[in-house]
Amino acid sequence: MKYTPREPVKLVPVPSTNKIPERDIDKSPILECRHLGIDFGGLAAVKDFNMAIGRTEIAGLIGPNGAGKTTVFNLLTKVYQPTRGTILLDGMDTNTMTTVQVNKAGIARTFQNIRLFNNLTVEDNVKLGLHNQVRYGLWSGIFRLPTYWKAEKQARERAMELLSIFDMGYLAHFKAGSLPYGAQRRLEIVRALATNPSLLLLDEPAAGMNPSETAELMDTIVKIRDTFGIAILLIEHDMNLVMGICEGIAVLNFGQIIAKGTPEEIKNDPVVIEAYLGKKKKEA
Amino acid sequence: MNKLSFRSMKGRKALSPFLNYAIVIAAFLAVQLALKMDMVSNSMQSLLVPVCCYVVMAISLNLTVGVLGELSLGHGGFMSLGAFSGIIVSVALKNLVPLSPLRLAISLAVGALFGAAGGVIIGVPVLRLRGDYLAIVTLAFGEIIKNVMQVLYIGVDEHGLHMSTKEAGLLLSETGTAIVKGPMGAVGVTKLATFTAGFLLILLTLLIVQNLVHSRAGRAIQALRDNRIAAESVGISPTKYKLIAFVISAALAGAAGALYGLNYSSTLASKFDFNTSILILVFVVLGGLGSIRGSIVAATVLTILPELLRNFDVKEYRMLIYAVILIVVMLVTNNPTLWSWIARFQRRKAEEKGGAEQ
Repeated sequence: MKYTPREPVKLVPVPSTNKIPERDIDKSPILECRHLGIDFGGLAAVKDFNMAIGRTEIAGLIGPNGAGKTTVFNLLTKVYQPTRGTILLDGMDTNTMTTVQVNKAGIARTFQNIRLFNNLTVEDNVKLGLHNQVRYGLWSGIFRLPTYWKAEKQARERAMELLSIFDMGYLAHFKAGSLPYGAQRRLEIVRALATNPSLLLLDEPAAGMNPSETAELMDTIVKIRDTFGIAILLIEHDMNLVMGICEGIAVLNFGQIIAKGTPEEIKNDPVVIEAYLGKKKKEA
Repeated sequence: MNKLSFRSMKGRKALSPFLNYAIVIAAFLAVQLALKMDMVSNSMQSLLVPVCCYVVMAISLNLTVGVLGELSLGHGGFMSLGAFSGIIVSVALKNLVPLSPLRLAISLAVGALFGAAGGVIIGVPVLRLRGDYLAIVTLAFGEIIKNVMQVLYIGVDEHGLHMSTKEAGLLLSETGTAIVKGPMGAVGVTKLATFTAGFLLILLTLLIVQNLVHSRAGRAIQALRDNRIAAESVGISPTKYKLIAFVISAALAGAAGALYGLNYSSTLASKFDFNTSILILVFVVLGGLGSIRGSIVAATVLTILPELLRNFDVKEYRMLIYAVILIVVMLVTNNPTLWSWIARFQRRKAEEKGGAEQ
């Protein structure tokens, strides 16, 4: 594996029982969930979910299939309204917000089953991420007033700049639906980044990628965090990726957090090994 | 793929809107030339303005169905709103604005305004929902407009507009004129519509729709069509952009309706029924969802075709041939085997060309 881990970050406990990297500790967490829960019918899909994420932390959410990881993402982005609990985004309660407002407030996400605008070009997909930063009205768009040309030029430059993170500039004029799987996943990340988030949610970013692509993705995720100075929460089944780049990890099982801590702590936690990671062959 | 084909791909896409203007202008000039040379039969001449109206209708419906991806079955309703409001304004302003092109322009603007108002009334409650509710509600809307116009009497005199559900209820003064007479429709209309006006309306429609599609709002509208959940996740408000597309579509239909209404001395409300709405939907589907050029061509051809077939000795089978042509075009344009075959042919040609240049 090409990826070399950076020096380990010392984690400091905070009142919300989660741990945050030391460099973020003076600042309030970007995201704080308190007793978050949702019921589908009689089933509690997520219950008593407590978590805090530091301003520039890369956090991981792992767990077996059906544990409720994606449901947590859907709660954070208000695709589902929580039945119980509070989500504080940068100290602001998102209770009354819609998906659109949550995005404007600073949460961007990618999807487990890729959701691109397939009939639009790659460039347009990124420009749609920039939608709320491209500022000109309906009429200047229709009658091509000077503000249109200026704003569109800026948007195009910004889109190409963002695409260059993944070296995807040369794909700009292809339709998003015609891209290969890996490129579609990367485009989703670029589009999410374009919305200028303070917290980026990645739902299985490495799904369907081979080991070398995954290693590249790990570098890029760290690079994104360093350049944009944002927090990243990711769901992933690839333990190399999770253990390699996450500073804090929460393990979810049957809708409940069963363990939280650094990668080292999680790796050696007997509850997590029992529920998710499994025992090593020689020990068994 | 090599760089050469890239650039040409981009170039073709950027050129496409201008090609549409060019096609419309060329067609207009060709028809004007034919008119000068007396090559157009009377029945064809009477079709010139309706063709323009249907082209505008098709482009505007394409905005709702092809670009926004919502099914509307009541586009005729907006046309009706525009037609009757346009007729009323043109009659009411007869003395105030003697210049007929100006009066026509005002009538079209009022027609557009009424179409847009109808769009807002339908759109605000319905576009908030997910699913095919728009199709159901617009279907009902078209029928409601038709039935309301069939019982409405509207007249004008020096005191202003009069409206009633009975002819006697109009209470017009001696100098007043009844414009809309319930089941008899609008009567005694001065024909203001001209082919040139229709041509200009098409150009304006093209300008609005094409520029909209390639702007920030248009991108958002297409994003909602492709993936609503993803669009919301990047901060695009679904209701707002759906409403923008739908209202612009309705406004253009209103303007087209006004032009249509002012092309005849009398207009019946039953002209704008479900069949008209479906006919326009046929133009859009046949021309290809989202393809503006397809809409223009399909609307023109399918409006002229029944008249053209009249010239041949196939009078009884006219509509049969029309139907067969519809079916054949549908089969051919939706045939994946044929399209992949054409694509392969084009690729081979491009490779040969690329090889020659290197």
